[in-house]
Amino acid sequence: MTTAVIPSVGTAPAKSHFRIGDRVADVWSLTRRNLIHISREPMQLSDVTIQPVLFTLLFIFVFGSGIPIPGGTYKDFALAGLLTLNLTTSVMGTAVGLSTDLHEGVIDRFRTLPMWRSAILVGRSIADVMSAALCVTIVALTGLAIGWRGSASIPSIVGGFALALFFSYSLSWVAACVGLNSKGPESAASFGFIVLFPLAFISNALVPTQHMPGWLQVIADWNPVSAVTAGARHLFGNPNPSATASAWPMQHPVEAALIWSVVILAVAAPLASYFFKRRTTE
Amino acid sequence: MIEAEGLTKRYGETQALAGVDFAVPAGSILGVLGPNGAGKTTAVRILTTFATPDSGRATVAGHDVVTEAAEVRRHIGVAAQDATLDELLTGRQNLALIGELSRMSRSASKARATELLDRFELTFAADRIMKGYSGGMRRRLDLAASMMTRPPVLFLDEPTTGLDPSSRLRMWDVIRELVGDGVTLLLTTQYLDEADTLADKIIVIDHGTVIAQGTPRELKKASKGARLEVTLSAPHPDAVTALQQLVEGRVQVSEEGRVLDAAVDNSPGLATAVVRALDAAGVLVDNIEVRQPSLDDVFFSLTGHPAEVAEAPELEGASL
Repeated sequence: MTTAVIPSVGTAPAKSHFRIGDRVADVWSLTRRNLIHISREPMQLSDVTIQPVLFTLLFIFVFGSGIPIPGGTYKDFALAGLLTLNLTTSVMGTAVGLSTDLHEGVIDRFRTLPMWRSAILVGRSIADVMSAALCVTIVALTGLAIGWRGSASIPSIVGGFALALFFSYSLSWVAACVGLNSKGPESAASFGFIVLFPLAFISNALVPTQHMPGWLQVIADWNPVSAVTAGARHLFGNPNPSATASAWPMQHPVEAALIWSVVILAVAAPLASYFFKRRTTE
Repeated sequence: MIEAEGLTKRYGETQALAGVDFAVPAGSILGVLGPNGAGKTTAVRILTTFATPDSGRATVAGHDVVTEAAEVRRHIGVAAQDATLDELLTGRQNLALIGELSRMSRSASKARATELLDRFELTFAADRIMKGYSGGMRRRLDLAASMMTRPPVLFLDEPTTGLDPSSRLRMWDVIRELVGDGVTLLLTTQYLDEADTLADKIIVIDHGTVIAQGTPRELKKASKGARLEVTLSAPHPDAVTALQQLVEGRVQVSEEGRVLDAAVDNSPGLATAVVRALDAAGVLVDNIEVRQPSLDDVFFSLTGHPAEVAEAPELEGASL
């Protein structure tokens, strides 16, 4: 049968061979969709807008008064830590968002379309990077407002923010793996409390690790969050007490942060794409 | 236009399909009738490239659903059982997104969205978030989405399940219009009357196999499931005798003697014959009703077991 015998039925879309332009268009359409979601439910963004402001103010004024920092103020010490903390916990949004899409059947609909399926994952990760960048901006502005200053050059400070952003991008692919394997949005959200909070807190982000019990200090010094935080402190030219720790990542925090981010990305992104295929194939 | 041969599919312990064959000629409607868990949705999922069959083969618009899945996707529209659009987008944004992801240009996609919103009487809600849509509006929007690219083949999985009667009738009108446009349509349903009004041909599926097929008329004739219910003005001693020759089996009389009930076949003019017979016997009739066979009745007569079995396994498998 052809459409010729049934005049009022239009021809099917033109035969498409693989074209990079099509893939970019798919990714852009889906990124826009995720951005519309954010604009519809601004509270979705609270973990990258309100939470960073609250955390920054609470930690700096409440904790800061009781934690002495060798060679500087708690304010200058804590900003890089709060940056990493907020970015780390915000990747929960990726897990919840993907899980919601799978749960509500939107992805089922996409699967009947002649689109590039991986665009679903890529589009989401681009929207996530955008909201993470917003989080970075808000932490930086809050910090500046209460008197945080970096003492390094502007490019170096920007590099510090970029380092943290890159790490959260890598981590968002781990969150994607979790979202793709979760039973529903709620169980995806619990991932945040069970994994992300300990990950963010058992680190040098908010307190120097020197006074932790020995075994905890080892965990903290090798935690990727610590490497990213120490790396950012180093690049900001802020006090970095971790530099006296003997663990390799603390001695080379920028390199360690980059290695962690690249390794996590190299493992989690292909894995997410595998889980996605598995979840959407019968 | 759609051809299936020996399709089988197993989800864990459940044999969802156990060898299903059928064909849908271009421009016609096939109604796939069966209870929950019969395998309807599985069949649709295979034909729409969601799932791959364990064995057997199927083609849609001349393309194999397994080896040429991408080609198939460019010729079909699918309205799944649960509306599958984005709750947080407006109706218009949803349609435009589907269009863009189907390789339509942004402007063509927008224009088509406007046209379909109008056709499905959704223009008034076009720029509202879908979250606030009623069940009927969602289904119409879902159907509109499946028609964005004017696909020559449409799959509608239980398009009216869960709708109130007036939304249901509206949906039927929309579906009839589609066929007027020359679309080939496969429609699954649990309702015999739906298949009856819309389909050119019906297949009945149970436990993953086709247990009957034919035109709606042939099928109902075979089912003999209709029931006659007569309400008399007052109990009458000759009423049962007058009815007995027109019905099959025993006439049942209600306690107070006014309501008579019996199984009947679907012969034309049955009600007239009943009224005449009762009138001749001097019986006054208040009400007379011939109830068409329900899906349960059809099932019972075709399979000897009631319709509702094995509901959960298929749903579970299908949502994997």
